[in-house]
Amino acid sequence: MATRLKPVDVVIVGMGWTGGILAKELSDAGLTVLGLERGVNRTTEPDFSVPMIRDELRYAVRHELYMDVSRDTLTFRNAARETALPMRRLGSFLPGEGVGGAGLHWNGQTYRFSPSDHSLRTRVKERYGAAFAPEGMQLADWPMTYDELEPYYDKFEYMAGISGQAGNIRGETIEGGNPFEGPRSRGYPNPPLKASLSGVMYEAAARELGYHPFPRPAANMSRAYVNPDGMSLGECQYCGHCENFGCEANAKASPHITVIPAAQKNANFSLRTQAWVTRVDLHPDGKRAKGVTYTDVRTGEEFEQPADIVALCAYGLGNVHLMLLSGIGAPYDPDTETGVVGKGYCYQLTSTVQTFFEDRNFNPFMGAGSLGVVVDDVNGDNFDHGPHGFIGGASIINATTHGRPIAYRPLPPGTPKWGSEWKAASRHWYGRSTSIGTQGSNMASRGNYLSLDPTYRNAFGQPLLRLTYDFTENDFKQSAFTTKIAHDIGRAMGPTHISPLAPKSSSYSIVPYQSTHNTGGAITGHDPKTSAVNRYLQSWDVSNLFVVGASAFPQNAGYNPTGAVGALAYWTADAIRTRYLSAPGPLVPA
Amino acid sequence: MTDEGLDRRRFLGGLGAGAAALGADVAEAAEPAPGVTAASPAGGPPALAGYQFLNPDEAAFMEAFVDHLIPADALSPSGTELGVAVYVDRQLAGAWGKGARMYLQGPWRRGTPNQGWQSPMTPADLVRTGIAALDAHCRRVAKLPFERLGPDAREDAVAALAQGKIELEGVASKLLFDTLYALATEGLFADPIYGGNRDKAGWRLVGFPGVIATHAQDIETYRGRRYDAEPMSIADMS
Repeated sequence: MATRLKPVDVVIVGMGWTGGILAKELSDAGLTVLGLERGVNRTTEPDFSVPMIRDELRYAVRHELYMDVSRDTLTFRNAARETALPMRRLGSFLPGEGVGGAGLHWNGQTYRFSPSDHSLRTRVKERYGAAFAPEGMQLADWPMTYDELEPYYDKFEYMAGISGQAGNIRGETIEGGNPFEGPRSRGYPNPPLKASLSGVMYEAAARELGYHPFPRPAANMSRAYVNPDGMSLGECQYCGHCENFGCEANAKASPHITVIPAAQKNANFSLRTQAWVTRVDLHPDGKRAKGVTYTDVRTGEEFEQPADIVALCAYGLGNVHLMLLSGIGAPYDPDTETGVVGKGYCYQLTSTVQTFFEDRNFNPFMGAGSLGVVVDDVNGDNFDHGPHGFIGGASIINATTHGRPIAYRPLPPGTPKWGSEWKAASRHWYGRSTSIGTQGSNMASRGNYLSLDPTYRNAFGQPLLRLTYDFTENDFKQSAFTTKIAHDIGRAMGPTHISPLAPKSSSYSIVPYQSTHNTGGAITGHDPKTSAVNRYLQSWDVSNLFVVGASAFPQNAGYNPTGAVGALAYWTADAIRTRYLSAPGPLVPA
Repeated sequence: MTDEGLDRRRFLGGLGAGAAALGADVAEAAEPAPGVTAASPAGGPPALAGYQFLNPDEAAFMEAFVDHLIPADALSPSGTELGVAVYVDRQLAGAWGKGARMYLQGPWRRGTPNQGWQSPMTPADLVRTGIAALDAHCRRVAKLPFERLGPDAREDAVAALAQGKIELEGVASKLLFDTLYALATEGLFADPIYGGNRDKAGWRLVGFPGVIATHAQDIETYRGRRYDAEPMSIADMS
């Protein structure tokens, strides 16, 4: 029998970036806000102290800061004809767990999606004609434009102290920035990080080939910074331990040192950790949420937390899982293409070109999570797709993130994997290699979706989320096209050896790490028949439920998602404050 | 004294003559001119002795296996001398070996390669089963256990295992190899606190400086130039 708790105005499920932002914004507005987090609380001191935090095995290999799949995981199959089986250990992607969520252990690569990404369906139709999109592709516009989201991108970037070089301020092109980016109202709050040798070489080679390289925008602080909420961040030390780790110097913007402590200044915000939400409880008519039910994972006790507003701010996959478990919205059916919850799951296609230089020394261990140089010429709709026959693109990046030796020991093709020759080659090439990566978009496709698994259950006795997913021909064409350009730039850098062209060309595997950029499943749209949430990320079906995060993306772009996720969180918080509170109910007529 | 010299001195300061001498060797090692050799066994604290999980037969296999992957040569002592077999033993004995942070509920199906690990065994059980099956295979084919095979025969066995070409009872040979290979490389390159990488020999091998990493100035000072420092481990800083 669950214990019923005192009602609050707002209950937030998940305390990562989106939950932290809503907590800050809605508690500032005077609402009583409760944040529920399934994992533990961690603080920079003592949890991320040197030397303990510099433990590659514990954090990067054994996944200390990530979700524990012994308790909850998902099942996976490439296609509906297969039987989905559990992801028994982490691999392809690494969702976070605990206060700060993935915002603790991210690299800090912080982009805005381009204007065409936000209006992709319209853009493709106008530029290439309606017949250009292949059969089965579920191309969609975001129901809000880039221009509408711009102030919220800006707000996220200033809160997180992003280091970067603007390329377009109010329509004026700025030398050294990304000339393809949407107009921004002002420059980045901090200058770019210091360049590495490989970045300098990559930039020169890309420019020579006619591309437009720019420094990768970084949530790693290029200098000490105090954000508009009064939160202090330190200067990045290029320690090469960003992704997988917490930052001991508070030099990587993370929720636990920005929005969450800012919210905690408000007495009307409280945080409850190790509180695992198992469902959203609905009123009998199914149109309003009563609150949520959670289990205290320390004791196993169950609680009902009533709330006027429920915000799902878990990892995107978790948001979709909770909607399906709670019976909110019609589950998507790929056979009929009806239903909405679970629809539009997307991922990314990545590829790598490894270059080796006999006469160079890159000191790979001097790096930062987002240190790098990017070429955006073939991303989004920055180029004419007509001759190429696909939709989408990729950012092409030379990154200097780390040289941690369990994971990082690049070797030229054909090198033995063990023995004295392997040891000598590992020694020789460790400092003499750098890579170029593509981060490619992924379009929504009829057969790719999320649902509940019929067989496997989590530690709470609930069905696991089931992922049915594979790459599509459109996306293979994208990877082939953009990987060739990455390879061209790599060759122009003049390496002694270069890895062979290896675009993504085979079906999706959940085993090797690729990207923690899982999107969709509760997509935003204009129409309740084809989307799960409206333009304010409000459920079409349950009007006091907001579903915030990358789960709202109708398709995925060739960028890291956190900038867009942060913008959506501020956008939603603003809609709740300025629109919903005065007239609780659907903000968009269905 | 060059800037580089000053910087090295800053890092070597207070470490004692032995460590400084090792650092000097590493600094000159543009090409293999090793800091640690088989002829001069690893410095630093003695390797841990004794096994928690592996029985004597399994330990004999593991030592031979990690020594085949990581042979003693001019660049480093052998895997066993570096504590790699002990590292593997401790991992198998501990939470990871027992399947911590894995979803271990049935039902069990073989699955497709894209679906990943679907073995009902924990990693420790898988390694134990795999070693026994590989031992049986070697005795059947060569009349000798793996650890008594000659170098060429060992190489053939490891290569066949890596390619998944050996039929083993109860476990896929590729999965066994991938598991053992990952463990061995972790044992060479993980922080010495876990029992391997004795005297940071794995880090010295590639030139990884360890846990001290304040490079806000170095990234410009050493742009294009080799940066050498005595590697520092968690224990060194504790």
